[in-house]
Amino acid sequence: MLSFINALPGAVSQGLIWGIMAIGVYITYKVLDIADLTVDGSFCTGAAVFVMLFTTGTGLWPAMLAAVGAGMAAGLVTGLLHTFCGIPAILAGILTQLGLWSVNLAIMGMKSTVAINVTTSDMLDKLLVSLRFVQDVAKGTRPFYRHPILVVGLFSLALIGVLYWFFGTELGCSLRATGSNQSMARAQGINTDFIKVLGLMVSNGLVALSGALLAQFNSASEINMGRGAIVIGLAAVIIGQVLFGRIFRNFALKMLAVSIGAILYYIVIQAVLAMGLNANYLKLLSAAVVALFLSVPYWKGKYVHGPLKTGWAAKTGGVQKAGGAQHA
Amino acid sequence: MLEIREIWKTFNPGTVNEKQALRGVSLTLRDGDFCTVIGGNGAGKSTMLNAVAGTWTVDGGSISIGGVDVTHLPEYKRAPYIGRVFQDPMLGTAPTMQILENLALAARRGQRRGLRWGVTREEKGTYQEMLKKLDLGLEDRLTSKVGLLSGGQRQALTLLMASLKKPKLLLLDEHTAALDPKTAAKVLELSDRIVAESGLTTMMVTHNMKDAIQHGNRLIMMYDGRIVIDVSGEEKKKLTVSQLLELFNKVSGSDEADDKLLLS
Repeated sequence: MLSFINALPGAVSQGLIWGIMAIGVYITYKVLDIADLTVDGSFCTGAAVFVMLFTTGTGLWPAMLAAVGAGMAAGLVTGLLHTFCGIPAILAGILTQLGLWSVNLAIMGMKSTVAINVTTSDMLDKLLVSLRFVQDVAKGTRPFYRHPILVVGLFSLALIGVLYWFFGTELGCSLRATGSNQSMARAQGINTDFIKVLGLMVSNGLVALSGALLAQFNSASEINMGRGAIVIGLAAVIIGQVLFGRIFRNFALKMLAVSIGAILYYIVIQAVLAMGLNANYLKLLSAAVVALFLSVPYWKGKYVHGPLKTGWAAKTGGVQKAGGAQHA
Repeated sequence: MLEIREIWKTFNPGTVNEKQALRGVSLTLRDGDFCTVIGGNGAGKSTMLNAVAGTWTVDGGSISIGGVDVTHLPEYKRAPYIGRVFQDPMLGTAPTMQILENLALAARRGQRRGLRWGVTREEKGTYQEMLKKLDLGLEDRLTSKVGLLSGGQRQALTLLMASLKKPKLLLLDEHTAALDPKTAAKVLELSDRIVAESGLTTMMVTHNMKDAIQHGNRLIMMYDGRIVIDVSGEEKKKLTVSQLLELFNKVSGSDEADDKLLLS
């Protein structure tokens, strides 16, 4: 129990970082209605680009910007495979993801792990976030405003603000329209192919940014760090929706719900680990949980229509409402 | 306004499902013409409309709207000239977006979309006035999701959206076919009003012979991928359903189509 409480600030920080990736997944999966599997590759691309640039003397912000750019390039490739080459979106994402594995290795100089040297403080102090800051703030050797929860929390809020503005613009509205109804979007003169590519780029830019932050947090970029990222992203989206779907109607709040979903996911993971689960089973657990939550709306649909005339109806009324909120 | 010259379209060429949907269709509409299009299932009515809208490109021939050759333009690049209402009420609107947002999207049809606000405050009042005129109570539900509206309400909204930014050509593709008779009549009446108000050049596909005769100033009938009957002006005003059927039998050389046309 004590170890769980001790690990909590780290888990929340990590959840916040993955939350940025989950917001990227939300944009493709929920807004654009595309299941984009590029994520598993572009997450590590962001981390790799950041670490390689940062350790060779590039400043923090230029290196993070370059990571975002690299993620967007990955999104561009998936987008072009999907729209220009007519490959189904899921397959296009898988192809990019597979190719990125080699690309990521190449970026990291054919090494599977590249570390940021944080034993000396001159490198460490320049980082935006680090697991070490959690301990340092607790010990009092670092000011409270360097705490990762505060830093990434504010960072996420700023990102949500910018995205909220973007989805309110004409361009953002065309993106939402394309995800909602393509034939309507085209009839209004929206180039839906361009919009899909744009959406994939924005999404993977966020995913790469999240990867760059996690690389700082763990002081290393590792070739497998993005494996299963899409499932974590989906889990965050679903947890956020199930818990806050009924109260959060505003678009900015929906993105906030995704971020909170990611935090909860990591708290649960930490709790399960504290209970003694072998960490190797985590991926199976994540997959099972996401599969379960994705099937719930389907099952609900089957039940709600069936036994309406029996005494059951009164009881399922509440369930029906929850189902409605899910679609919102 | 609209000039269709000898357009051809074959679906699934070289397979067992090969279907010659359009066989050299030519049609010229003058500015302000309201042309109704009838014909049996598979006659090529909707195919012709989709060819004009740019859902896919034609195999041969040319299409120009208001003097602009659009034959090779993709659908979204033809949108500045065309307002559309589909048969399926689901197709014309974005269900997960608000009524207000849908209208704002339509108001920018064919314009460059940048980083200006997607909906401005001034627009809101204008749309409210327009919705009031529809008399469907939608003016108080500006921020409701369109997915919550009925089929008739959606078609009325789509009509409003199609005419919000005056199109050179309005395409109505059996837009009342999925509605109950009472709602269909209301939407049809609304279509007439909107077309008359802005003097829109319009093509309306319908299955209903009476509607085709009652509305518009020109009527064409399609059969087997071709236009077989074309009446306008005084001649169309005097037309009756039985005359139209007789005319059709003469042109198609059979009477087996009677039931097909009347029943569908």
